Amino acid sequence: MFPYIVRRIFIMIFMLTILSIVTFLLFNAVPTDPARLTCGKTCTPEIVAANRIRLGLDQPLYTQYIDWIRGIFVGRTYGSGSATFDCATPCLGYSFRNGEEVTVLILDAVPVTMYLAVGAFLLWMLIGISSGIIAAKHHGKWQDRAIMGVSLVGYSLPVFFLGLLFLVFVIVRWNLLPYPDYASPFEDPVAFFQTMLLPWLTLAILYAAYYARLTRSQMLETMGEDYIRTARAKGLSERVVFRKHALRAGLTPIVTSAGLDLAGLLGGAVITEYIFSLPGLGRLAIGAVTDYDLPTITATVLIAAVFVIVANLIVDILYAAIDPRVRLT
Amino acid sequence: MTVLDVSSLDPDVNQDAVVGRTLRQIAWSRLRKDRVAVVSMYVLGLITFIAIFGPLISKLLGVNPYDFNTDLLNDAGSLPLGPFGGVSLEHPLGVEPLTGRDIMARLLFGSRISLFIAVSATIITVVMGTVVGIVSGNSRGKTDAVLSRFMDITLAFPLLLVIIAMSPVLEQRLQAWGMPAGNPSRITTLILVLSIFGWPYLARLIRGQVLSLREREFVEAAISIGSSNSRILWRELLPNLWAPILIYATIAMPGLIGAEAALAFLGISVIPPTPTWGSMLEESVGYFTVDPFYFCVPLTMLLAAVLSFNLLGDALRDALDPKAGRN
Repeated sequence: MFPYIVRRIFIMIFMLTILSIVTFLLFNAVPTDPARLTCGKTCTPEIVAANRIRLGLDQPLYTQYIDWIRGIFVGRTYGSGSATFDCATPCLGYSFRNGEEVTVLILDAVPVTMYLAVGAFLLWMLIGISSGIIAAKHHGKWQDRAIMGVSLVGYSLPVFFLGLLFLVFVIVRWNLLPYPDYASPFEDPVAFFQTMLLPWLTLAILYAAYYARLTRSQMLETMGEDYIRTARAKGLSERVVFRKHALRAGLTPIVTSAGLDLAGLLGGAVITEYIFSLPGLGRLAIGAVTDYDLPTITATVLIAAVFVIVANLIVDILYAAIDPRVRLT
Repeated sequence: MTVLDVSSLDPDVNQDAVVGRTLRQIAWSRLRKDRVAVVSMYVLGLITFIAIFGPLISKLLGVNPYDFNTDLLNDAGSLPLGPFGGVSLEHPLGVEPLTGRDIMARLLFGSRISLFIAVSATIITVVMGTVVGIVSGNSRGKTDAVLSRFMDITLAFPLLLVIIAMSPVLEQRLQAWGMPAGNPSRITTLILVLSIFGWPYLARLIRGQVLSLREREFVEAAISIGSSNSRILWRELLPNLWAPILIYATIAMPGLIGAEAALAFLGISVIPPTPTWGSMLEESVGYFTVDPFYFCVPLTMLLAAVLSFNLLGDALRDALDPKAGRN
């Protein structure tokens, strides 16, 4: 087990390196001059030139990349002489549009996205897996058909549709909840829950529909295995067969899917955050794209990708730990 | 949500050929008996017909997607006059609030663009995914390792974010290479970004299939009679992969239609006033409470297409599964 983990961590570091290079090139080798983007319409050529030198944009691309990476690990100082400013470790760059270090922007956004993703995750796993199990248990009967029908519609709805429906009816029409205005759960728990309830539900319903289908097909496949027949043949009650033999094997593959989906959401639930005006990573990224704020775009994409890669590693290790059939080669 | 997930596909699809009938014949006869699948196919056929002949139909009906008909709107809120958002003989599905453009014509033109984007992206995804998957699965060692890592890295990117961030950059590049500005380059950009991040899912699936297929006797036999590597790849392996490819393409379509709608919602799909299902939905959402009929038209169309593809995908999976129907 231990050599396996070490090897996987090496592969992960390698992948992160490639990923950071690709992300950097994707957004920094652009046709537009990044220095020109550092100030608005009042820009003079002198300011642009000064900012170019200050941000190191006059250097060749590989030097810029190395400076960027070094900034993440040891921090970095922009400019020289009297016009310097420090960007503390981990420095992901400086956003001129926001007049703020990118790291600060990201650290503000991460908790919001995290609350959103984790809350929705718990809800959808609960709803999705339990309804999937019910459907599999009553395979072919009305319960199965009802759950599969509802989940198919839920799964087919456009992502933004459900959120908008909630927004228009629950908030605008029926005034059941106040307009979304994010507040930290430690400062104003009531406002926090009032704001997060609908986003949680929106995401949870969409994912639950998918997980209900996934769980059902996994359970049905497991129930068709030979060892289940063996368990029945040796006289175990149906309840024991289902709980002790089928459930564990059937639900193991769902771990992979769940881990990766959660990681994907942690990188920003773009549309849900956009609809409900949640100041998370997704909304930060959308704002950065609209403003052409390159350091922020690069950093948010990198952070989101890091979440996925790390989750990939955790899921694989977890999988190897719970499924004895996985060979560690 | 992993919209393009194919993990529940059966890895053993297509393994045992039944004597007398080919898998294709068996699958087709199963599919024809499946009432849901037949209805889905009819719906999809109808939508395809609408998409292909849309401009012709709207000409026959005498409607135009871009003409303003402000005389059909009331003065106060610019809402359509008459029942169901201004339904009349001249405008069978009513007119838009604010502009009075004919919704029927916009839907006919919009279906064409939405489907064109989804179909093109699916074709590119399938071709890329199949080629990379087969090459990766069939070559041992370095090529496989490099291609697999490449898939992993592509999959690690936050899809929607990168698409949103990359689209303007890619569009500028296309225009610099001489592609006409406006919708041609915008639609090409959409198709490209949707394909670039779609193919690794299929490539992974195909790679897994090839890994198990290449250990089978018929491949060994082909090697023993001295077949070239490319003959084994494209003549021996590829015909055994059409079932997973077909299923994948069917379930990729609704994902791509939904992706276009999501991008339209964020304002980076086609340039107005050109309609797509997504942009119509996005425009009509604002009139959700005052003119619900306007909103229902694109939603119905989009849902009909997405549901049909999803149902057909499920039916195909069952029909192409050689193990189904035996126990």
